[in-house]
Amino acid sequence: MSQSKPAALRRFSKSPKKRKVPFSLQLKKILAAWQLYVLLIPALAYIVIFKYWPMYGVQIAFRNYNPTDGFTGSQWVGLKHFIRFVNSYQFTEVLGNTIWIAVLGLLIAFPVPIILALLVNGLQSEKFKKFTQTVLYSPAFISTVVVVGMMFVLLSPRSGLVNNAIQLAGGEPIFFMGSPDWFRPVYLISDIWQNAGFSMIVYLAALAGIDPALHDAAKVDGASKLQRMRHIDLPGIMPMVTVLFILAIGNLLNVGFEKALLMQTPLNLANSEIIQTYVYHAGLQQAQFSYSAAIGLFNSVLNLVLLLIFNRVARRANQATLW
Amino acid sequence: MINRQSGGKSKFRLLRERYADRTFTIAAVTILILSILAVVYPLYFIVIASISDPNAVYEGKVWLFPSGVTFEGYQRILTDGRIWSGLTNTVIYTVLGTAISVSTILCGAYALSRKDMPGRKFLMLLFVITMFFDGGLITKYLVVKDLGMLNTVWAVVLPGAVGVWNLIIARSFFEHTIPNELREAAQMDGANDFRFFFQMVLPLSKPLIMLMIMVHVVANWNSFFDALIFLNDDSKYPLQLVLRNILIQSDVSSTGTTGGDIASYAAAQRIAELTKYAMIVVSSLPLMIALPFMQKHFTKGMMIGAVK
Repeated sequence: MSQSKPAALRRFSKSPKKRKVPFSLQLKKILAAWQLYVLLIPALAYIVIFKYWPMYGVQIAFRNYNPTDGFTGSQWVGLKHFIRFVNSYQFTEVLGNTIWIAVLGLLIAFPVPIILALLVNGLQSEKFKKFTQTVLYSPAFISTVVVVGMMFVLLSPRSGLVNNAIQLAGGEPIFFMGSPDWFRPVYLISDIWQNAGFSMIVYLAALAGIDPALHDAAKVDGASKLQRMRHIDLPGIMPMVTVLFILAIGNLLNVGFEKALLMQTPLNLANSEIIQTYVYHAGLQQAQFSYSAAIGLFNSVLNLVLLLIFNRVARRANQATLW
Repeated sequence: MINRQSGGKSKFRLLRERYADRTFTIAAVTILILSILAVVYPLYFIVIASISDPNAVYEGKVWLFPSGVTFEGYQRILTDGRIWSGLTNTVIYTVLGTAISVSTILCGAYALSRKDMPGRKFLMLLFVITMFFDGGLITKYLVVKDLGMLNTVWAVVLPGAVGVWNLIIARSFFEHTIPNELREAAQMDGANDFRFFFQMVLPLSKPLIMLMIMVHVVANWNSFFDALIFLNDDSKYPLQLVLRNILIQSDVSSTGTTGGDIASYAAAQRIAELTKYAMIVVSSLPLMIALPFMQKHFTKGMMIGAVK
């Protein structure tokens, strides 16, 4: 088509992107937008100070940090701290505990809000729908401290509700918070209890966006509720599920740090010490800054690698991706 | 809807389908009711236990109704200085933290929503990177220490002030609700970017502002970790940290002891337990009361987030 155009016109039909904007014009645009940059300054200052400065400081993982020499002046020791961590007796335990909690969360806790959303969405009564939604997501507003506090009171071996029920049924009281074996179940159940309802809302929003005509058509064809749920609702929210799944992977090794820390007792440490609580104990309580910064970096890099891998897998499978 | 040709057979099929649908509905409603009970009962139990005779709770006599009503637990809390100072601190941190976070996010998100701002993509990338890679706890601590903020209010309200996720939500809200034509018209009338943002954009963004305020009030009210690592002065502790020390730490120190309990010690223990129930109620009450009011804004906000 461009061949039929006269030469003079052809020059202008090139894509505008390739044309170089003169520097003075660019500068003019930047100067014209100065007020927007001013609006951005506080947020930018925030990430520079509280995100990029710590990122720059992560080099202490390769140094022997001491406060007088600062981030860049401390002695360079290479991979010493990483090697020490990998060889330490806690390494397999801490890494194992972290992966256990993360994988259990992904396999068991992740699907719960999806199922709840599908069930709530299928309800006929708008009132009941709304009521269920409100009740199920209210625990999300309770603080982690209070939720863990509730665990300690309700699961107390002396006077707790759960143990009273167990004794009523003729069982022996269980010291839930003091046994490593119970740490993971209690962690997981409380996680679902607190967060499933809130996560459900995102899926409900996605479900609300599904064209009702699809359901009507399926009804005419005689599809049952269950079939419609499987073949219309579930595929409809699949992109959302994939994106949230990838995000969950990206945060896999960071999840539940605060709760794990609060749930820790000297008696359940064998299963409750995860990478980040270990960083907290070694770094801030014992002041081994470089060693624990190295462990933290190990954790961040592992997280990032997982995220990149899963994003690629999702793209291969033609699913929605983050980028 | 019914295929006339197959007559009775299709009627039968329809019935069977209705039967299947009904079974499904019953199963769904049952599951949801059980979930509701699982969420509500522990909370309900805490409330009734907080006003029951601690001995009745201890012996497992309290299940559905309070027994031997007493308000001793609440009286003890009201006279506990730690709770009051924690509450005061929390209110200060929440108000200050929310004000800082919300204003920073709104201004920054608006700038980033403007497609005519040169370098927008690069600047956005700077923010997004921090979602996926993080300097870690130790370096964050050292930075706060280097800034001389340890044991000050700023260490509680600043390090977590801007969540990039919230920034993205705010940005997409501006992108979707503020039409370009409106800005052009305002510019024509001589309004600069500041004036347009403060006098046009913000008044049009009330749902977003409400959402951001609520998200941050809840987050600030409930947070304890930054206070735990950055504060070392008891009198500056927020409520959550006070609660942690009373609800969790004290329990850890006493759980191991079995046998050899003196009667008075046991009684003191029971009253301490009673106080814990009351404390859980008191600390969660403000947000629970505000919940019905906040719900509308939260669901709306989740929609903004879902649109992306």
